[in-house]
Amino acid sequence: MLSPEAVEALLLSLKVASVALVFALPLAVFVAYALARWQFPGRNLLQIAVYLPLVMPPVVTGYLLLLALGPNGFFGRPLESLFGIEFAFRWTGAALAAGIMAFPLLLRPIMLSFQNIDQRLERAAETLGASPLTIFATVSLPLALPGILAGAALGFAKALGEFGATITFAANIPGETRTLALAVHTALQRPDGDQLALGLALLSVAVGVVAIGFAELPLSRLTRKLAERRASKKALNGDGAGDGEGHRRA
Amino acid sequence: MRGIVVLEVDISHRFGSFRLEASFKAQSGVTALFGRSGAGKSTLVAMVAGLVRPDAGRIRLGERQLYDSAADTNLPAAARRVAVVFQEPRLFPHLSVWRNLTYGRWAGRRSGNQDPDAIVELLGLENLLERAPDGLSGGEAQRVSIGRALLADPEILLMDEPLSQLDGARRAEILPWLDRLAHEVGVPILYVSHALDEVARLADSLVVLSEGKVVASGAVEDVMRRIDLGPATGRYEAGSLLHGTIESHDPDYRLSRIAVGGDHVEVPSIDGAAGDPVRLRIRARDVALSLAPVAGSSIRNCLSATIAEIVEEDGAFAEILLSLGDHADTGSAEDYPFLRARLTRKSVAELKLRQGERVFALIKAVAVERQSGR
Repeated sequence: MLSPEAVEALLLSLKVASVALVFALPLAVFVAYALARWQFPGRNLLQIAVYLPLVMPPVVTGYLLLLALGPNGFFGRPLESLFGIEFAFRWTGAALAAGIMAFPLLLRPIMLSFQNIDQRLERAAETLGASPLTIFATVSLPLALPGILAGAALGFAKALGEFGATITFAANIPGETRTLALAVHTALQRPDGDQLALGLALLSVAVGVVAIGFAELPLSRLTRKLAERRASKKALNGDGAGDGEGHRRA
Repeated sequence: MRGIVVLEVDISHRFGSFRLEASFKAQSGVTALFGRSGAGKSTLVAMVAGLVRPDAGRIRLGERQLYDSAADTNLPAAARRVAVVFQEPRLFPHLSVWRNLTYGRWAGRRSGNQDPDAIVELLGLENLLERAPDGLSGGEAQRVSIGRALLADPEILLMDEPLSQLDGARRAEILPWLDRLAHEVGVPILYVSHALDEVARLADSLVVLSEGKVVASGAVEDVMRRIDLGPATGRYEAGSLLHGTIESHDPDYRLSRIAVGGDHVEVPSIDGAAGDPVRLRIRARDVALSLAPVAGSSIRNCLSATIAEIVEEDGAFAEILLSLGDHADTGSAEDYPFLRARLTRKSVAELKLRQGERVFALIKAVAVERQSGR
């Protein structure tokens, strides 16, 4: 049913977006936490820098990446000659471009949820003997989870559909950097490509729906759980909810 | 255990125009840090806990220096082993009650000798362990918060007005738990409050803070009988604490007879066997004075007393400090229990009350509040 070309583009898109998310998400969590909690020199500059990809033309982002990490780029050349790491015109470059473009979308909901955490809870954890890292892992991170999931969903969707920066930085190489969006673009350039373009477009929509569904599922479950808790608060009022033995042994 | 100094605080700090210059010691048992809101109590708690850094001074807990501006010592909160029960429970909403209770163990790596099961039982939390904090009532949540603090194995437990966010019924529900806890767990407690009834019920010693300064400190009964606490305690609640023992009960009228000093008072029935020690709190405004024993009156308590001090104020009132009992035999007023009375200045003038004069203190039985059973 799907042409080999389409399958190849789909798999590549998933690989590029997944790798972009795997690297961008932890970084986004860290940067979001730093921006939400810490005062440090250069904080405003960092804030501007991370939102730049959102407001600049994607082509410009791609071009800047090329200047920095291209074969003759400022960082690209030493990276290549010293470590043999290449980004430009590779699928890794596509993933990098997608990750950078998705970063602001990842960051925003995560930062908001960190800002919304009642910091008095973190102070309480401190008085109970927890180290800053433990507080982050046991209090801040779990409480920010809804925002992290929302950010991951948005970021993944964005990475999946990234076009401008990818084509500029990683070019449009079949099997290497031709993701779904680029494949649609390529098909449209061909006189006989309408059918293929439509198929690829429908495929993108389907993948986007599935991706958002996957990310929304834990989010809605979380929301439901919160709603249930509130309901049970009213309903129970003094009724025992169990003897707690299971938890004690846990 | 009593009498050992656990905590020594001597700090100075300023924010804006407010100056906090407090120096006090807390002993084993319950030390109340008392004062009106804005007196600097919560800031002091935050400083002892390590959440606010004082400008200068020293804080010492047992053998350890928690803070010393001269030596540049400032232990982080996590290393202080000072647990705090805050005004609001601050339970972690994503963790069950049990995970909250044991947070100090699994996240804080504290162990210690407090047995979780014993604390759960002491605070009556057996049926709540698997619940989420969202499903708890205010009183239940605060009990969990207290248990969580205790299970973090603290060397001292700070309680920052733990009942202030609860309504009257919830307060009444949780006070007996606090009372039990204060006497059963053996962890020294610094109890911050602006409610005199809580202090009278729970505390062994009392530190009074007013406008950032310690204005009085000592054993709770000593401090509470001192007349100069008016501005800090608030007039409405000012009163005195009497130590007595249960003499007998009157089951027909539901009254108990309590021996106080050489005299006795009748109060609404209280639990306990004859010979049990008991603390009674009598508000100054509930005490009237008479020059002769009163007959033909509904007032059940008429105690012989000597006027130790009269403080007349600018307004309508005067504060009288009474020494209960007949002083002829020993002569030293310090040996007798003290009682505070609040009269109008006009009464003082008309009755020609003077220091050293023998009077009778009249107390309506219904005005006596029973305090903790010690």
